[in-house]
Amino acid sequence: MAIVNKILLKILTALVSIFGSLVLVFCIIYLLPGDPVLSMLDPSVATPEMVENLRKELGLDQPFYVQFLDYFMNVLHGDFGQSLVNRDQVLPKILEHFPATLALTLASALVSIIIGVFFGVLSAIYRNKWIDFIARLIGLFGISMPTFWSGILLILIFSVFLNWFPAMGSDGWKTIVLPSLSLGFVGAGLIIRMVRTSMLEVINEPFIVTLRAKGLSERAVMYRHALRNALIPAITIIGLNIGELMAGTVVIETVFSRQGIGRIVADAIMAKDLPVIQGVVFFSAIVFVVINLLVDLSYSIIDPRVRRAN
Amino acid sequence: MKEVVNTKTVLQVPKWKFARLHTNFSVSNFFIYGAGIIVIFIITCALFPKWLAPYSPTFMDTASTLSAPNSAHWFGTDYFGRDVLSLVIYGSRDSLIIGIASVLIGGLIGGIIGSAAGYFGGIIDVVFMRFIEILMTIPAVLLALAIAAALGPGLFNIVLAVAAASIPGYARVMRGQMISIKKRQYVDASRSIGTHEWKIFLWHLLPNSWSPLLVMATIGLGSSILIGAGLSFLGLGVIKEIPDWGALLSQGRGYLTVGWWICTFPGLAITLLVLSVNIMGDKLRDTFDPKISKKR
Repeated sequence: MAIVNKILLKILTALVSIFGSLVLVFCIIYLLPGDPVLSMLDPSVATPEMVENLRKELGLDQPFYVQFLDYFMNVLHGDFGQSLVNRDQVLPKILEHFPATLALTLASALVSIIIGVFFGVLSAIYRNKWIDFIARLIGLFGISMPTFWSGILLILIFSVFLNWFPAMGSDGWKTIVLPSLSLGFVGAGLIIRMVRTSMLEVINEPFIVTLRAKGLSERAVMYRHALRNALIPAITIIGLNIGELMAGTVVIETVFSRQGIGRIVADAIMAKDLPVIQGVVFFSAIVFVVINLLVDLSYSIIDPRVRRAN
Repeated sequence: MKEVVNTKTVLQVPKWKFARLHTNFSVSNFFIYGAGIIVIFIITCALFPKWLAPYSPTFMDTASTLSAPNSAHWFGTDYFGRDVLSLVIYGSRDSLIIGIASVLIGGLIGGIIGSAAGYFGGIIDVVFMRFIEILMTIPAVLLALAIAAALGPGLFNIVLAVAAASIPGYARVMRGQMISIKKRQYVDASRSIGTHEWKIFLWHLLPNSWSPLLVMATIGLGSSILIGAGLSFLGLGVIKEIPDWGALLSQGRGYLTVGWWICTFPGLAITLLVLSVNIMGDKLRDTFDPKISKKR
């Protein structure tokens, strides 16, 4: 029963976080200067009456708490408001473009895991040798390169010069290769460091000495026992990263002209379309919180020590 | 005998750990020095661009637009005939300002929130840290983006947006450190001889808790520069004659097929700067955290 209570408590905390992020997003848009009504109308033809009418129509003449309650009730009913530019409903637009972003995010996470775990393990096994040195340098480059630059470099090399992959678009598996490489490289940088540190930590544990003492091959010790234990912190990093990776799609979808929710935000910024920005940021916060909750729960299932501590 | 030794170590306020930077040499020294030289060079570019840039950033050599890197234009020219090397040198200023100013503002606010939460505890701790947790439900990039979009384009608005997004990290580090330091015996010892609470805070707690914040700020500088460049790449910066590196990249993006150099060099500059800052941050972290450095 204790574990059910614990899970319920975590879900409740997640709901509170989501509500908090809704308040935060609403405050950012509401409290900061700039009048959305004025930016919607063409200043050369707009009369004060038109401004007032539009303000009333959008409910922007109401006090802060009324506006917030309205927005909150609408969100509960699945209504994220409408675009200021073309009056499209925000939520259907987000849901329509979300699969492309999700696919890119998962592909990037996969790239991060493959590159990250591979070099992280090599780096720990060959500690302070030149392989370790190169793996760590790759990790450093991963976290230091802006994704919009690595994306442009990939386009230059693989699309412009070699013509292997398309430079833009979101149809077919070929279009996802370059963006996921570019985005996944950032996550790989973090994972290389994490896997290396936790591998080195595990290697010094007494049970590794015991395994070696009973004559197990070094390969079995490393891959079957050390790696498995070292992967737990890496899983957390990967899980937490998925949220950041998804946020990273804003830039990368722009670079590769992919359709996705990141692209919607980037376009909305250009058009000063605040309800759309608000909607996508809030939607991402929900996804982020849900992913963190799942990582948290899976963490306690994978690691017996955490499970028993409950 | 044992008692005496204990009192002595207990009453001794630890020395500021800066002296340790000079010891603890390792293989990666080459990279530390390389990183230092790159950072100093880029700061020089930002301070005195006129001395280093071969051309004015606004000079348009209409006879050689979009020319590949050559002896006259080392990094080539763009579609207006502007010298890319000069643009990169002049662009360093805004890119550095965004990074440094946002780390200073974010670190200061985060540090104040974190030390207040850690030092006072109780209801202040709960309220401040709930606020921080809510800030953390939105990924840093998106939070910065929403704030920058609401504030409108501008250099200072980008700084504010990046700073706000970095507050949670600093606040959490400072709070943890404050909580651990305030329970040390030398703090109790100092209190027992009647030291004023403010003096304890200023002389014992702050000097001993700022080092993780400094490390965090150095590592955070890299990501702040990246987020700032990303925002300006998305068009949230100021459109002006001398673009920063992010804006320069976004301008060159349209000319990828005819001029690879316009995008490549500003991006290389960002990468080198962030890489150097990260190397220095790693070194600082290893120096200040013996637990990690022992493992390496």
